[in-house]
Amino acid sequence: MNAVEDYVARVEETCGQDRGFVVILRYNKKDEAIAKILEKAKMEKSISRIVFELTFKNVSFRLYGTGKAIFRNLKDKRELKKVLADLLL
Amino acid sequence: MMLDPYEIRKDFPILKRKINNHPLIYFDSAATSQKPRQVIEAIKNFYENCNANVHRGVHTLSQEASELYENAHEEVAKFINAKGMEEIVFVRGTTEAINLVAYAWALRSLKREDEVLVTLMEHHSNIVPWESLSKINGFQVKYVGVNNDGTLNYEVFENAISERTRIVCLPHISNVTGGINDVKKVVKMAHEHGALVLVDGAQSVPHLPVDVKDLDIDFLAFSGHKMLGPTGIGVLYGKHEILEEMEPFHGGGAMIKEVSFNTITRRCSISWNDLPWKFEAGTPNICGGVGLMAAIKYLKGIGMEAVRAHERMLTGYAMRRMKECEKVRVYGPKDASAKCGIIPFNVDELSSHDVALFFDSHAIMIRSGFHCAQPLHEKFKLKSSARASFYIYNTREEIDRFIEVLKEIAGF
Repeated sequence: MNAVEDYVARVEETCGQDRGFVVILRYNKKDEAIAKILEKAKMEKSISRIVFELTFKNVSFRLYGTGKAIFRNLKDKRELKKVLADLLL
Repeated sequence: MMLDPYEIRKDFPILKRKINNHPLIYFDSAATSQKPRQVIEAIKNFYENCNANVHRGVHTLSQEASELYENAHEEVAKFINAKGMEEIVFVRGTTEAINLVAYAWALRSLKREDEVLVTLMEHHSNIVPWESLSKINGFQVKYVGVNNDGTLNYEVFENAISERTRIVCLPHISNVTGGINDVKKVVKMAHEHGALVLVDGAQSVPHLPVDVKDLDIDFLAFSGHKMLGPTGIGVLYGKHEILEEMEPFHGGGAMIKEVSFNTITRRCSISWNDLPWKFEAGTPNICGGVGLMAAIKYLKGIGMEAVRAHERMLTGYAMRRMKECEKVRVYGPKDASAKCGIIPFNVDELSSHDVALFFDSHAIMIRSGFHCAQPLHEKFKLKSSARASFYIYNTREEIDRFIEVLKEIAGF
């Protein structure tokens, strides 16, 4: 299993013109995944460790303490997978 | 005549769940409702005691299953005040009911010069079948615009109906704004021009009393899963004389009386079954029908007037309290009595999906996106919206918690 499949349970594409990808981390690995992401991404803002506004390689996203993250302005799932692989490696 | 949501909640096992250490608050009933124990038990009982295929079976189980399935049709007929079960066709849901009308009625009845009138507030399920079909037989799909608050403009509507209009399609209640349309008024306008009326009742039948005779609707489509029933079962109501004239939608077993092979022509001659079975090809969703019947009995036990009153109270309360949040924009009619328990909104500088995810982290389930109604969002110039929707099991305390979290989000 590669890093993405190891940590990510599913990816949901949202609808709307502000379309994005919601990434749901595996429940039993979410704390480990969150720690890895927080180590690599730049923190812009956070609310009492419930929501983190982050940037990583010019990609901005929000990470929730519940193990979900929303990524916007990505071309497609392939690009998302690449970003996730870099974050979770 | 108010219902007691705290008593009702005892019937809904799922509402005891905790998510992320918070008690579950379910504000997504416009997408699908939760199910009471009575519905879950009816389904369980069917599979444990009565499961068999319906119709043309001589054994005891088949007769019991047939009786239950037919009773379910009768129960639906009484619930919406139809003449009888011959006017009630079971389908998978609202979408299939609308497709049935499109492909079984419109495909054969409409010509190039004809028009189908739909509104801009339509769910995609009442747009896509008409657009697809118009590409086959060339009729026009004409859209009636809406006011800035998403309500219907009846003057514009009346002007849009002409002698070319063959069918008028509209939602009884908008699944985005919750605004209630004056269906009776539209039916009168349409019938004066000889057009039929198809009402999408997905958001109305679960939430307020609907009387098809009083409204004089020709077709009504709705889903079981939004009214406490299981998924995969829905209803097309059609006036008897119209359904009688229509050809079937699907072909197969159960919808025929005879399929006789002629040895000379080497073809089969087919005669259709009686209503409503003519439109229910193959083995139907028997258990879904049984579950829907249990859901209707549950709603009747509460009373649809009480359901309506409770939701109106919750909606009014939520809308008043949402005004406390400066960065929150609420769309749709401002008067809670003109709408059902659906509130679309956005928080400045945040996408609706962020808002929904934030609520999710507090175990508050709301929906975000277009809600399958992109044209209305384009009219509102919105990229998407968040939507909170209520039902019989929701309480004022849940709304207080929702407002607390909303204020936290608005402060982000």
